[in-house]
Amino acid sequence: MYDGGKIITGIIIGLALLTFPIWYNLGAAPKPPDIKLPVKEKQCVQPKAYMRTKHMQVLDLWRDSVVRVAQRSYVAFNGVKYDMSLQNTCMSADCHAKKTEFCDQCHNYTGVVPYCWDCHIEPKEKPKEKPKEKH
Amino acid sequence: MLEKAFLGERKYWIWLACLLGIMGLGFIMWLWQFRVGLGITGMSRDVSWGFYIGQFTYLVGVAAAGVMVVLPYYLHHYKAFGRITILAEFMAVGAVSMCLLFILVDLGNPVRALNVLLHPTPNSVLFWDMIVLNGYLFLNIFIGWNVLTAERKGAPPPNWIKPFIYISIPWAISIHTVTAYLYAGLPGRHFWLTAIMAPRFLASAFCAGPAILILLCLIVRKTTKFDPGKEQIQTLGSIVTYALILNVFFFVCELFTVFYSQIPGHMDHFHYLFFGHEGHGNLISLMWLAFVLMTAAIILLVIPACRRNEGILTVACVLTAIGTWIDKGFGLVVGGFVPNPLHEITEYWPTVPEALITLAVWSTGFLIITVLYKVATSVKEEVGGV
Amino acid sequence: MGMNRRKFLKIAGTSTLASAVKPAADALAGEKLGFTIPETLLHLFHKPTGFTPGEALTAKRWAMVVNVKNCPEGCKACTEVCHKVHNVPDAAKMESPRHEIKWIWHAKYDHVFPGQKHKHIEEALKKIPFVVLCNHCENPACVRVCPTKATFKRKDDGVVLMDMHRCIGCRFCMAACPFGARSFNWVDPRRFIKEEEQNREFPTRMKGVVEKCNFCAERLAKGQIPACVETCREATKKKGKEPALVFGDLEDPDSEVRQLLRSHYSLRRKPELGTNPNVYYIV
Repeated sequence: MYDGGKIITGIIIGLALLTFPIWYNLGAAPKPPDIKLPVKEKQCVQPKAYMRTKHMQVLDLWRDSVVRVAQRSYVAFNGVKYDMSLQNTCMSADCHAKKTEFCDQCHNYTGVVPYCWDCHIEPKEKPKEKPKEKH
Repeated sequence: MLEKAFLGERKYWIWLACLLGIMGLGFIMWLWQFRVGLGITGMSRDVSWGFYIGQFTYLVGVAAAGVMVVLPYYLHHYKAFGRITILAEFMAVGAVSMCLLFILVDLGNPVRALNVLLHPTPNSVLFWDMIVLNGYLFLNIFIGWNVLTAERKGAPPPNWIKPFIYISIPWAISIHTVTAYLYAGLPGRHFWLTAIMAPRFLASAFCAGPAILILLCLIVRKTTKFDPGKEQIQTLGSIVTYALILNVFFFVCELFTVFYSQIPGHMDHFHYLFFGHEGHGNLISLMWLAFVLMTAAIILLVIPACRRNEGILTVACVLTAIGTWIDKGFGLVVGGFVPNPLHEITEYWPTVPEALITLAVWSTGFLIITVLYKVATSVKEEVGGV
Repeated sequence: MGMNRRKFLKIAGTSTLASAVKPAADALAGEKLGFTIPETLLHLFHKPTGFTPGEALTAKRWAMVVNVKNCPEGCKACTEVCHKVHNVPDAAKMESPRHEIKWIWHAKYDHVFPGQKHKHIEEALKKIPFVVLCNHCENPACVRVCPTKATFKRKDDGVVLMDMHRCIGCRFCMAACPFGARSFNWVDPRRFIKEEEQNREFPTRMKGVVEKCNFCAERLAKGQIPACVETCREATKKKGKEPALVFGDLEDPDSEVRQLLRSHYSLRRKPELGTNPNVYYIV
C-alpha cells in the first residue's frame, strides 16, 4: 500500500472526529424528560400514546386546515370540539400553559429544535399574569 | 481525471488560497445574514431585490453563452471551436453554480428552499427557472466530463452523448428566456413589462459571455501550455461584436417605445436611472458609464484592425463585460423598483456585508471554473503531448 | 340569490370526487393500511381535518369599500388597530425605515391613483389621506408567481392569504404586486414589539417571510368583521359621520358594499392591469 501510514492516520483521525459526540458525552447520562401534564384538563385531542408520537402530524394537519381552508374546528376522538390553534388551544391557560415544563422537556431531551415559537407566542410563565388584552 | 486538479504550480495554489480566503470571509458574513436576516443588506420594502438577484440575472446570461461555442461546433461543424467547447461548458458550470448560490443567499428562509419541490407550482416562473437552471448545470457537467474523458482516451465522444448535446443548445436559450420571464410578466412593473426582455437578455448574454470566455482563453494561454487558438478567439470576438450591437439596438428600441409614446409610468424608470427623478439619482453616473463603456467597446470591435489586435480585443472585452454587468446586474433590477408602485422613491445601494457575500459567491464560481479548467487544460496538455 | 347551474355542477362534481378520494386518502394516511406512508408523501394527500366553525362569517367574495370623504381628519384608528391586533411592529421603533412593515396605511391621492393625477384635482381630495391595503384581487399576480403556493387565494371567499409556514422568502410576490401591498421581514420583527403590547392570541412573524393584510381571516372565523372596519365604525360614529370603511360580500346583492357601489361612482386602483381588486374607493 502506498502511503499506508498516512492513510491509516487519516482513517483514525476521521473515526475519532466521527465518534467524538460519543466520547464527549461518555458517562454523563442525560436527564430524562420530566413532563408536567396539565392539572385541570385531563384529556387531549387524541389519546396520549397517539399524541406522543404523532403530535407534529396533528399540528401539521391543523395548520394547513386553518391557514389554507379556514376549517378551524376540530372534533377530537371523543367527540369534543376544539378550536385548532397551537397558541390558543394547546397552550392555553388550562392545558400546556408552560412551554418549559412540557414542550421543551422532550424537545431538549431528543435534541430537536422546532421553530414554532419564532412566530407563535408562548404563554407567559411568570407567576403574576397580566389580564388578557381585549381588542 | 479530478486528480489533475491537485497537481498545480505555486501560482495555482496561491490563487486558490486567495479565492478560499474571500469565500471564508463572505461565508462569515452570510452566517451573520442567516442569523440576523436580510436586513443587513441595502434592500428595502420598496427595492425588494438587489445586488444578489442582479448578479444572478447577469450570470444566467454568462452561463447561457456557452451555447455560442457549442452551437457552431455541433450544428455547423465549425471545427475550430472543437478546441474550446470544453472551456465554454466549464465556464457555464461555474456561472450556473453562482446563479444557484445567489438565489440561495437571497432567500429569506433558505432552509425551506426545498418547498419549491415539495409544493411544485407550475404557474410560477421561478419553479421553471429552478428546473432549467439545475438541468443546465447537470447537462454541462455531464457533457463536459464525458467529452473530456473521451478526448483523454484519444477516442471520439460516445454517440449516446449526442442527444444530450443537442438538447443542451435550446436548453441554454431556455435558461435565459425563463429568467427574462421572471421579470417580463409582472403587471405594474413597467420597466420590465416588455416583450423584448428575453431577446434583450439573450443579446447581452451573448456579448458578455463570450467576452468573458475570451478573457478566460487568454488567461489559459498565459498560464498553461494549452493554447485555445487565435482563430477561436477571433471568432468569439466577432460574436461579441454582433451581440453587443444587438444589445444596444434592443435598448434603443426600448427607448423609442418609451419616450415616443410618452407614457409617464414607463418613462419614470428610465428618467430615474439616467437623469434622476424628483431629486433622487444614485445610479445616474453608473448608468451613463455603462453605456459609455458599451459604446467604446462597439467602436473598438467594429474596426477590423482593432478587433484583430488581441491587446485591443482584450480591452474591448473588459469594457463589454463591465458595461453589460452594470446595465443588467444593477440598473435592470433596481430600475424596475424605482419608483415603486405608488410612485414613491426609495433608493438602493448595497451594503458592505452584501458586497462581501456577493464577492464570495463570485469567488466560489471562479474556484469551480479554475479547478475545472485545470483539469481540462491538463488533459489537453497530456493529449497534445506537451 | 341561489346558485346557477354552473356553480351547482361545480359543487356537485367536487363533492362526488371528494367522496371517491376520501377513502383513498384515509388509507394513505395509514389508518387502514398495515404500514405507514412516509410523511413527505403524505403531504401531497393532505386533507383538511376540520370544519368551518358555525359562528364564522362566510361570503362568496369578500370586498371592501373605502368611502374616503368619511375619513375623519387626522384619524389613524384603522391602521393602529390593525397593526396592534396583528403584531405588526411600529416602523418608528425599527433600526431602519427600509425594514418597515405595513398592512394598511394612508397615502395621498397622487400615489394611490398615479394614473389619475392632475393639477386641478378637487381641493378636498388633495388633503384626504386614502386608506390603502391589499386589494385581495380576483386575479392576483402575487399568487400567480409564488413558487410554493405560500400565498394563495382562498377558494370559498376570494381572500388572498399568506401561509407563513411555507414562505421561502424569495420576494417574487413583492415584485409582482402592482399595489405595493406586501412587506418583507428583513429582520426578526418580534424585537420591536414590546411583550406587553403583543396580541397574545395572534402569532408574530419570523424573519425572512413576506406578509400583508389578511382581511382579518382569523376574526372572520370567529364571526367578527375586520378590525379596521369595526374600529372605523366607532371612530366615525363619534364624529357623527358614516363609516369610511365598509366590508361585505360582493356577490350578495343586498350587502352593504353592493348597496354603496350601486348608488355611488367608485374607483379601483390600477384596474387596467386586470387584477380585479376587491377594494373599491368612493370619492
